[in-house]
Amino acid sequence: MTDAIEPSPGKAPSFWARLSRRRGVPIATILLVFIGIWYAAAIPMNRQVIVQRYTLQDVDWTTSMLIRDSWSYSRPILPAPHQIAVHLFDSVFMQKINSRRSLVFHTRVTGTATLLGFFLAAIFGIALATGIVFVRTLDRSLMPWIITSQTIPILAIAPMIIVALGSMGIRGLIPKAVISLYLGFFPIVIGMTKGLRSPDPLQLDLMRTYSADKWQFFRYLRWPASVPFLFTSLKVGIAIALVGAIVAELPTGAQAGLGASLLSGSYAGNMLAIWSALVMAAILAMSMIGLIQLAEFLNSKRTGGRV
Amino acid sequence: MPVIHAEGLSLEFQTPDGPLLALSDVDLSVESGDFVSLIGPSGCGKTTLLRAIADLEQPTSGTLVVNGGSARQARLNRGYGYVFQAPALYPWRNVERNVTLPLEIMGLSKAERRERAARYLDMVNLAGFERKFPWQLSGGMQQRVSIARALSFEPDLLLMDEPFGALDEITREHLNGELLRLWHRTRKTVIFVTHSISEAVFLSTRIVVMSRRPGRVHDVIESDLPDDRTLDMRDTEAFLKIAHRVREGLEAGHSYDD
Repeated sequence: MTDAIEPSPGKAPSFWARLSRRRGVPIATILLVFIGIWYAAAIPMNRQVIVQRYTLQDVDWTTSMLIRDSWSYSRPILPAPHQIAVHLFDSVFMQKINSRRSLVFHTRVTGTATLLGFFLAAIFGIALATGIVFVRTLDRSLMPWIITSQTIPILAIAPMIIVALGSMGIRGLIPKAVISLYLGFFPIVIGMTKGLRSPDPLQLDLMRTYSADKWQFFRYLRWPASVPFLFTSLKVGIAIALVGAIVAELPTGAQAGLGASLLSGSYAGNMLAIWSALVMAAILAMSMIGLIQLAEFLNSKRTGGRV
Repeated sequence: MPVIHAEGLSLEFQTPDGPLLALSDVDLSVESGDFVSLIGPSGCGKTTLLRAIADLEQPTSGTLVVNGGSARQARLNRGYGYVFQAPALYPWRNVERNVTLPLEIMGLSKAERRERAARYLDMVNLAGFERKFPWQLSGGMQQRVSIARALSFEPDLLLMDEPFGALDEITREHLNGELLRLWHRTRKTVIFVTHSISEAVFLSTRIVVMSRRPGRVHDVIESDLPDDRTLDMRDTEAFLKIAHRVREGLEAGHSYDD
């Protein structure tokens, strides 16, 4: 059975207990259904190209042949899951790690830009939120610009940033990190502004009775109160920073990075390459969010959170 | 010299519906070592008066002297400990670190902070709960932590705003007994806001009955009950006599603008 092990009252469950508590059976069922639908969909999706080939080669084809071929055709419109798995395995483990055919190489390029951009976004976002909370005029003057910045499609602004920075001789990692920063700081500013304002009037009055100064208000009350908001916004921020890094790799026709793999795959009509790159991007995002979640868990243990 | 001296104190709030007179011409004098209860109907301004003494609200007119200076000076000197209606514990700090919060702000050494936390948690019967977090405690225990926190930096003046208002009767009586013992031991000056007559009579050396808004002092009752009070005393004639006078004051105050 998959009954959850209830933690004893007053005692936080360990990280591993929480992991194993997750319900495996329902998740596996959904996954199987999903894969089944995928395999079924691959047949009509690939039918046209395969039948065309049969006609060209003048072969008599049967339904079972069509099914077999639509799950194994080398240039499918919708590749079957096992084809993606094979392609992914091949491009991750069977290539030299520094070659452009290795997805590890591309993932590292994109991952580095994402992390750098995210790191800057976190600092920038927290600093902005702090300013907004402590200086009333900043709230009025900055907030509209922060919101406006996110209404401009990133696809429009990314090439401008890359060309502008390129003309100053800055290429490669930095422009991509800047675009990650541009997207990633937004949820962090919004979340942290909310978090730094989350203490209730009583908690604020208490600090006033201790005649605490502004810095002590921040250090003992506003900052610790905002930490749950911080982790939530960091998770959103890092996912969107990855989107930024991938988008930033498109306009230059960059030769490296997951965005570049997606672009070259789409130029070549190579759906397998596109799917593999997408899966890698998902794995990258999940592991980065997982790291933040781990940090959040460790912190909430220290601060007595009911996780 | 009185610890608190208020004369002709008025306080007006500016609200969207126009000004609201919360305190009108309040005179009050509290001597060192007094246990003074402020009692009155809801919204009569007793909390506002306490907050004005704590410099959390600004009086519009009149004079207010706290610890021989202005209320603001008293706050800046950390001259009082304030216990709110709700425990107002910081949920990310364990019990010990909640108690040591004011000490950290005042820059005491770590050893001194731990020593004080142990002493005052013991005083409110919470020794052994240092590592618990607020959500692991009952409401009464949480309020006791907040009392230990107010005592931890050893102010001579304790301002308590309906600290037991949210608790059930039995817990409340129990904590009243504890508070009285604490007051005996420390002889701090206490100003205690309540709307419970028996609580006020049981605890106080002086009871200030306030009338309906705009809040003013309706009656001041000196208690002649002996210092070592027990819960059984609430059935004695002396107790009931004082309670009766408080009730009369409250009723008169209630009918004030009817």
